[in-house]
Amino acid sequence: MSSDFVSYATPLLLQGLLVTLLVTVLGTILAVVTAFAAGLGRLSQHRFVRWPAAVFVEVFRGTSLVVQMFWFFFALPAFGIQLEPLAAAVLALGLNEGAYAAEIVRGSISSRTAGQNEACIALGMGRALRMRRILIPQSIPAMLPPFGNVMVDLLKNTSLVSLVTVSDLAFRAGFVRNQLGHTTEVFLIILVIYFVLSQVIAFFTKWLERRFALDRQSRSVTKAAGMQPVGAGGT
Amino acid sequence: MTWDNAFAWSILPELLGGLWITVQITLAGTAIAMVVGLAVAVIRFSRIPVVSKLFGFYVQFVRGTPLLVQAYIAFFVLPDYGLRFSALATGIVVIGLNYSAYTAEVYRAGISDVPTGQWEAATALSLPMARTWVRIILPQAVRTVVPMLGNYLVQMFKDSAVLFAITVYELMGHALAIGSSSYRYLEPLTIAGALFLLVSYPSSQLIRTLERRLAPSR
Repeated sequence: MSSDFVSYATPLLLQGLLVTLLVTVLGTILAVVTAFAAGLGRLSQHRFVRWPAAVFVEVFRGTSLVVQMFWFFFALPAFGIQLEPLAAAVLALGLNEGAYAAEIVRGSISSRTAGQNEACIALGMGRALRMRRILIPQSIPAMLPPFGNVMVDLLKNTSLVSLVTVSDLAFRAGFVRNQLGHTTEVFLIILVIYFVLSQVIAFFTKWLERRFALDRQSRSVTKAAGMQPVGAGGT
Repeated sequence: MTWDNAFAWSILPELLGGLWITVQITLAGTAIAMVVGLAVAVIRFSRIPVVSKLFGFYVQFVRGTPLLVQAYIAFFVLPDYGLRFSALATGIVVIGLNYSAYTAEVYRAGISDVPTGQWEAATALSLPMARTWVRIILPQAVRTVVPMLGNYLVQMFKDSAVLFAITVYELMGHALAIGSSSYRYLEPLTIAGALFLLVSYPSSQLIRTLERRLAPSR
């Protein structure tokens, strides 16, 4: 690797890395919001909430993310909506991964033991209160490992935003390659960067899992679930 | 500019041709993923010093990096070292190897679910290692993981759209080619999405049924 290449490529790739991180963060926020909206929507008692949520989830899981991204970027203008490349990319990424995560939300909430639900009813808690105070907090530990997988997926899929001209890491790598060649170095460098980022996310999720673990051995159980029992001065 | 029915009909045959290529990529890629994944899982399970660890790293690395970048490397870097294949062949091998890392984990789960007693019985009968794997362990392990492998098949079908980036003319490649030559993206992209949904949704329903059917009776 010549020093020419290093001094030219480093700032470009760093800028690309920042864009990749930005897309990951924005995409994750949108995905989590989407996941809870659609996941809880599918658990609704009302058909007119449940069905649209189901259609949304199946459509976004059933079509390819690449198709969705290009659709938001190239087909929406036909309806007079012209999105910035970054907006189209984040929208497609967040909604797509959100649809996958919605199934996680739905699955882990509906697999809570019936006893918890019945106890709530016995205590006279309404549906919303039951959800908010008991079922969702209890389901979060079960959601975390699959959510971690979705986040790693999301990070890897941010590379696709380069195809709709967002200048992320993969896009900059292609640019550097066009300018200077050094194909092997450039692509191997970004491959390693993506790998490190995904390991960081996996590590972070493991940490969250331990922090929010429900089983009694884990220290943080009551604190994490936000249910400090009366008179218990910590565990 | 809104939906044009006549135009949509006129491009449907070309898109169906693209869909056929996508299906072929998926089937060939799945064949690679199933075979390589199984080999990787068995090697990792056999605890061969260094080798098993290396394959463990292979799984972790492939799962931790984007398919797109892997495809770029196979398509742009390998020719520099004298390895030149068609875009289609490159795409199939890349997506097959990519998914082999996932199927390896699936097989691993299946293998570790086989009760220890089966291993001990095979040892007690002094069966050779190869026969223990082929006749005892794998038949029991593979059966339970068929639905999960099926899920990855559907996933690969959708992921193969990425390969248009290395000039593989599958469904997505055709849709974008039509878009750029006619300046109409709405119809080709919408139809492409619909075709993906039309294949993947019934497939995943089928797998769900299969899952219930193959679930080990307890």
